[in-house]
Parts: sequence; structure tokens; C-alpha cells
Amino acid sequence: MARATVPRRLGERLRWRTARLTRREDESSLARTLVLDVPGWPGHEAGQHVDVRLTAEDGYSTQRSYSVASAPDGETVELTVQRTDDGEVSPYLTDELTVGDLVELRGPVGGWFVWRPEQKEPVFLLAGGSGLVPLMAMIRMRRAVGSRTPFRLIYSARSPETRLFTSELRRGDPGLDTTYVYTRSAPPQWPRPAGRIDASVVSGGGWPPDFEPTCYVCGSTAFVETAAGLLVALGHHPGRVRTERFG
Amino acid sequence: MSVVSRGFRGRARDARHQLPPGQYETTGFPVLSAGPTPTVPLEEWEFTVRTETGVKHTWTWEQLLALPSESPTVDLHCVTKWSKFETEWQGVSLDVLLQDVESRADYALVHSYGDYTTNIPVEDLLDGKAWIAHRYDGEALPPEHGGPARLLVPHLYFWKSAKWVRGIVLMHEEERGFWETVGYHTYGDPWREQRYRGD
Repeated sequence: MARATVPRRLGERLRWRTARLTRREDESSLARTLVLDVPGWPGHEAGQHVDVRLTAEDGYSTQRSYSVASAPDGETVELTVQRTDDGEVSPYLTDELTVGDLVELRGPVGGWFVWRPEQKEPVFLLAGGSGLVPLMAMIRMRRAVGSRTPFRLIYSARSPETRLFTSELRRGDPGLDTTYVYTRSAPPQWPRPAGRIDASVVSGGGWPPDFEPTCYVCGSTAFVETAAGLLVALGHHPGRVRTERFG
Repeated sequence: MSVVSRGFRGRARDARHQLPPGQYETTGFPVLSAGPTPTVPLEEWEFTVRTETGVKHTWTWEQLLALPSESPTVDLHCVTKWSKFETEWQGVSLDVLLQDVESRADYALVHSYGDYTTNIPVEDLLDGKAWIAHRYDGEALPPEHGGPARLLVPHLYFWKSAKWVRGIVLMHEEERGFWETVGYHTYGDPWREQRYRGD
């Protein structure tokens, strides 16, 4: 079971730890969840990320950052990785890495794009594509600690097939409202044609600014620029809008 | 000694450029920031240097553009692991902006529109190492990359190159900035891989 508190260890040196893949699951047509056992893992907060280091037999080594998808749960860390076809690391993680294989992992990192259970204000999550991953950690943290803080999520995906965490979000959580936006192809009969999020989606699926929600926006640069710009234009204070982007 | 990940080969390495440890090359220009992109009308934009004795030096946008500018071509190294080689900028050297500023301070806290801050030793701003950049790749600097003007300190991780820069406060004691207070390294040398506190 997830723990509510995470040791604050900012003054301590972050160490590389050896992580072993214990399970992997298809999350969508493009993404896979990697369940890693990380001995000595100190715990993390919802929204933090880790550095992953891969080393080849010839000694070549490279690193990437990935958001943690899971709520804190002992020495288990889940990463949900979306494949980029021309990527150097993500195709290896999604297609090659099998149960029992080792990677190195360092973290957790980041103390800004996090949701802590002691926060009592409403939470507004805006996810574009795999930008849902750190926000899902917040949703899972909320569930794990039995928080009743009201959450609203707007999730923009290319098409229904590329959505992440589909069945978990369909099952839902009391107090979490989810609005889907499809940018390329919407299901038949879907009330809104395929297209980017706009002011009506953000105001319809979110909280009004006078509720003073904390807004977490994660996705591509284009998505974050659009979504954060809409929030500010609708009257949300820029200081309550936290953003994280992937390249 | 690193753990070998079975079956990982990596990509053919480009021998033309040297990457700091843990970095990979990108040809795009990724964007990172903590919040929404601020919009600063040029007629309201100003850049202020405040010394440890409280003396203020302020430049308007027109005054900045009237100063002699340089066109550095530099490599960028972001703490999130991407490096981008041979980027072309235009801006005003901090040597020009600080030449008439009387100060004995060792530390600077750089402030941005949008309330971002980052700390840098003063010596890392001088001797041709830092610019207030207002053009990138021959064009006005786009807002998502820090326009109208950003600090450019290419020898440190790129979060030190504060976007939407509005001023520098000089002081005797080091004060940590935004990312530095949430776990990132105080100095941030890419070649010594100073990513996080304690590295």
C-alpha cells in the first residue's frame, strides 16, 4: 500500500541504483508500463521524475528522464514510456527490455511539479498525450491516501487508441471528473469534433479561476503553450499554473 | 562501474562534437519552464542591475538595443539531458552592462518576468561568458524560448540562462534560486555533471 509521507532528502546525494524489471504491461498502442524493483528506493512524491541510465556492452552510456507513473509503494517504481520511433532509448525500453533485465535509475527528482496530499485546494490537471503520466501519479496518490480533494482532468489524446490508463480512468475515482479531447480522430458520435483544446473545453472541464485551483499542465511544448495560455487568459493566476513539457 | 543493460547498443555516435557526461544531442530546441510563458510588452520591458549597496542601473529595450552587441555561437547543455550544438545568438555582453556598475559582490541572483530566479557567481557572468540575448538564429527571440530577452550562460546547464530576464541582484552571500531550492545543483557545471544537489 502506498505511503502518504515521503522522506525529504534534498540535502542528500542522489545515488544511481540498480533497478530490475519485474513486469511490463501494454498501456496503449504506443506505450508500455515498466514495473521496476529498486532496492533502497527512498520513496517519491506524485509528479516527480527519475533519470534512467543505459549502458551498452562497449561502455557507451546515455541517460533520459521519465516521470514516475505510480504512487509511492515501497521499492516499486512504475514508469510508463511512450515509444518514439526515432528514439535511442524509448524503443529499447518499450520493446527490448524484458523481465529480469537491469537498468540504472536515479531519483526522485523535482520538487515543483508535484501534488502533495496536504494541499486542500481543488486540482486541475491538463494532460496532452503521454503528459498524463505524472498527472496519473497524482490521481493514484490521491486514491492511495483516500484524499477527497476534488480533481478535474482534461486529457487530450490523438485518438482513442493512443490513450493511456484507459480502463483505470474509465473505472474512475469519486471526486475525479475527466474530459477527453481528441486531436486527430474522435470516436463516432463523440460530442466534439477532433481538434485542439480551446477556451470552452478548459472552462467547461475545469474549475473557475475564483476557486483558485492549482493547475498542472503536462505535454508537448505546443500543448503546454496552448493550455497554459488559455488558463491565464481565463483568469487563472500564473503562479498557480505549473507546467512540465517533454521535447 | 555501470550496470550493463542487456541488448542496449545505443545510436552511432557523432564524433564531431563532444558531449558532456550523460547528455545526448538534439537538433530540435526543446522548451522547459515552470509555468506559463509571460508576455512582456517591449515598451514596458526593462532590465535592472541592483548592487549590494542598493544602487540601481536600468536599461529600457531601446537602450539595450543601442548597446554594442555580439553574435556568439555556443553549445547548449540542458540538465534534462539534451545538448544542442552551435546555436547562434545575438545579444549584449554582461561585460558591457556591468562595466560601470560599482560592486564588490561575489554572487548574483537573476530575476525573470514570471518570478523565476536563478543564482550564479558574478565571475561566471564576466569575461565574455554571458550575454543578455535578444535574437536567436537570426530572428527575434520567441517567447517560449525566453523572448524578448534571456540570459545566456552557455558554460552552465541551461536553466541558469534565465528566460524573460528582468534583472540581476548582486550580493555578498549566495542565495539559491528557484530550481536550486527544489533539489538542483547550486552551480551546475555540465562537464562535472552537477545536476542535483550534492552532485
